[in-house]
Amino acid sequence: MQSTARLDAIFAALADPTRRAILARLASGQRSVMELAQPFDMSQPAISKHLKVLERAGLISGGRDRQRRPRKLEPKPLAAATKWLERYRRLWEGNYQRLDALLEDLKEKP
Amino acid sequence: MSTLKITTPSDREIAMTREFNAPRQLVWDAHTKPELVRKWLLGPPGWSMPVCNIDLRVGGSYRYEWRNDKDGTTMAMGGTYKEVKPIERIVQTEKFDDPWYEGAATGTMVLKEQGSKTILTTTVRYASQAVRDSVIKSGMTTGVEQSFDRLESTILAAGAKR
Repeated sequence: MQSTARLDAIFAALADPTRRAILARLASGQRSVMELAQPFDMSQPAISKHLKVLERAGLISGGRDRQRRPRKLEPKPLAAATKWLERYRRLWEGNYQRLDALLEDLKEKP
Repeated sequence: MSTLKITTPSDREIAMTREFNAPRQLVWDAHTKPELVRKWLLGPPGWSMPVCNIDLRVGGSYRYEWRNDKDGTTMAMGGTYKEVKPIERIVQTEKFDDPWYEGAATGTMVLKEQGSKTILTTTVRYASQAVRDSVIKSGMTTGVEQSFDRLESTILAAGAKR
């Protein structure tokens, strides 16, 4: 997949709260579909659907154990997505730090 | 120093929240008086804002032009005010001269007073989720990235001095 198309897939995948919760759980280690389904009020097929979206986006992968197919987090694509937000944040933080200084000047004026 | 929060409150929006240690009237002035806006709304290092026209009334328009003083590159955007509620809220259309995304965007600025501080929230709503995502993506595919890298190192250097 091209990097731009992949980024679209990543942001689409991250737009859903259930999928974000799944990623958060996988951050502490790999888990089976059954384990992942447990905290949610959802059927296993419903969870599997979410996992497919995450897998297509490259955010998770299946483990080596074919039988249980535990899923694990793939940190790199997620880092690519958050990198943009971090850069955007820094750009605006630069603007706002200048604004902080300007506001201090304005406050001192009578 | 207050930190900037960026969120995606819906699939078409990007929102930023930042606290300022100043009364609401001053933060409002800094966003609406051209002579003040030009002092801080500059983006990466090396850019200035030679044009800043603001006709602050419903139906009035605004225009911002930036210039990279090193290589002469320019960038410009403008739009029309849809809502103006002094020191509280502005809703405006936003369009770049050289847009890298489709459709018009709508920006909403809200100022809330909290004691002696002011909370600023700006939300940009894009034409569709695809457009919003492409805006997010654009930071990685355009030359802007390099400028951001410089900004990053400047901020890190400034932080190290403290």
